[in-house]
Amino acid sequence: MRAFLIRRLLALVPTLLFASLIVFGAMRLIPGDVIDLMMAQNDVSTTHDRAAIEAALGLDAPVHVQYVRWLGGALTGDLGRSLWQNTPVASQLAATLPITFELGLLALLVSISVALPIGIYSAIRQDTAGDYAARSFSLIMLAVPSFWIGTLVMVFPSVWWRWSPPLEYTPFFTDPLTNLRHMLVPAIILGLAISAVTMRMTRTMMLEVMRQDYIRTARAKGLSERVVVLVHALRNGLIPVVTLIGLQAPLLIGGAVILEQIFVVPGMGLLLLEAVFQRDYPVISGVFLVTGVGILLINLLVDLTYGWLDPRVRHR
Amino acid sequence: MTDAAIPAAGAAGLPRSVHDNRFLAFNRRLIREKPLGAVGGAVFLLFLLAGALADVIAPFGLNETDMLRRLEAPNLAHWFGTDHLGRDVFSRILMGAQLSMIVGLAAAGLATVVSIVLGVLSGYLGGRIDMLIQRFVDAWMTFPDLVLLIVVVSIVGPGVPQIVLILGLLYGIAGSRIVRGAVISVRENMYTHAAQSMGATTWHILRRHILPNIMPVVIVLFTTRIGAVILAEAGLSFLGLGVPPPAPTWGGMLSDSGRSYLYLAPWLALAPGLCLTAVVYAINVYGDALRDLLDPRMRGSR
Repeated sequence: MRAFLIRRLLALVPTLLFASLIVFGAMRLIPGDVIDLMMAQNDVSTTHDRAAIEAALGLDAPVHVQYVRWLGGALTGDLGRSLWQNTPVASQLAATLPITFELGLLALLVSISVALPIGIYSAIRQDTAGDYAARSFSLIMLAVPSFWIGTLVMVFPSVWWRWSPPLEYTPFFTDPLTNLRHMLVPAIILGLAISAVTMRMTRTMMLEVMRQDYIRTARAKGLSERVVVLVHALRNGLIPVVTLIGLQAPLLIGGAVILEQIFVVPGMGLLLLEAVFQRDYPVISGVFLVTGVGILLINLLVDLTYGWLDPRVRHR
Repeated sequence: MTDAAIPAAGAAGLPRSVHDNRFLAFNRRLIREKPLGAVGGAVFLLFLLAGALADVIAPFGLNETDMLRRLEAPNLAHWFGTDHLGRDVFSRILMGAQLSMIVGLAAAGLATVVSIVLGVLSGYLGGRIDMLIQRFVDAWMTFPDLVLLIVVVSIVGPGVPQIVLILGLLYGIAGSRIVRGAVISVRENMYTHAAQSMGATTWHILRRHILPNIMPVVIVLFTTRIGAVILAEAGLSFLGLGVPPPAPTWGGMLSDSGRSYLYLAPWLALAPGLCLTAVVYAINVYGDALRDLLDPRMRGSR
């Protein structure tokens, strides 16, 4: 297991390096006139001059020096300061990241608790009406934009029943119930949107596993269908699904950006959008970097789980 | 492609009518074996036509306002009602279809070209170039699509050409993985080795052996990307970062006229969302059917 862990960590290095180059490169692409625009728009000319902004963006040195300086800062948790609020980007991220994480986690729970049962049902009742209904549902969920559902949820309940989802954020540790009441609606929408892929994958995997010899053996032993499906098939069928859940992390974060905006959840997505509209580039690059690194770490975690679930992976 | 496998060898020299027959035969097979996919293709074609003919069909002008008829519910003159400026929603939906189709086809096309170039380079040449390209693709794919899009838009600014370029690059780089896989499996085929040992140039092998044989994968990739691109553009426009108003994008219609006036005119939220869902669903179903019919490796995996 240790060799597996070391191998995985080493494989992470080039990817991280390229990822940092992408973030850095994106910030280098900011055209010069944007700084002028930024000065005019943000009215920062009183507090900063052009040189100060260039310094804040790290644009006042040769490229390779900039990169090393920026990478060094990023590694020590120094992501610069917001041009708008003049607070450290790192502390803004620390405040918003847990909120997005909570939304993502809730959505993942919703997604799993919808996708697994339906996917399993769909597989063991292959080609029945229920299977077709489940598959059609998942195909439709892939096509429905979550921002549309979000908008509808904001509008129709209030028109019909004078109920609208709460939009005031309360930290979880202040009042868990109020917090959940706010977060649950976007989490359900996001979770349902993501469940389609998991459902399809679960179905395919279960179909494959159900054709294996050891399933026939289990049946031949006279085990009940329930035990065959839930104990023998599910455990093996689920292994690839775990990987898939890791692959969905980018979808969760991307979806969170839009839903945070609709439901006024003060997470990282909302921070990013506000920063984009204010052209607050240090904040933008901070969010950009953190999402990338975060997803890499999630995938590392998933890989480790995978190695733990399936001994064959470890010894490859 | 059982029926296509035989004439494939001499396909280049066949008269045009035979190509047409193969196309017709393929469509007949699509309708027979994958009726849902055929319906999806037809619905997508309908939207494509609506977009192409939008200027002719639209009963009202794109930005023709009528302050006396604001926020009207759907009626005979205004099939989908009117928005907060008295603009005809049906006409704007048609124009929105045009925009979605332009962005969808252009960006998916660009994405496919990028995928082919990167995938072929990486898959055929292999070695150190492959390693380098793949680590870059890894890194690229760790960023959430939407976050990457938002960051890039914040740099290049909103607008149709920018959106097409960004979406094309974004999905092109991600899709190169799939092309690479296909290229690697074709590269190991006997006929490729035979051509190599006969001294064929790399360019010749790519053009005559690799490209024709990855076409099924490429066609499926292109089709499935259209839906993803249309959704992404709508999401960006919804956030106000896509095609700037007053251009009638479906995403933009949902957010600007949409959200502030929704309580007074809830139908404003229905048409753009329904159209988006219908188009994306149609093209996804069609793409799935194409994959089952064209890509033998995926057959049966459903």
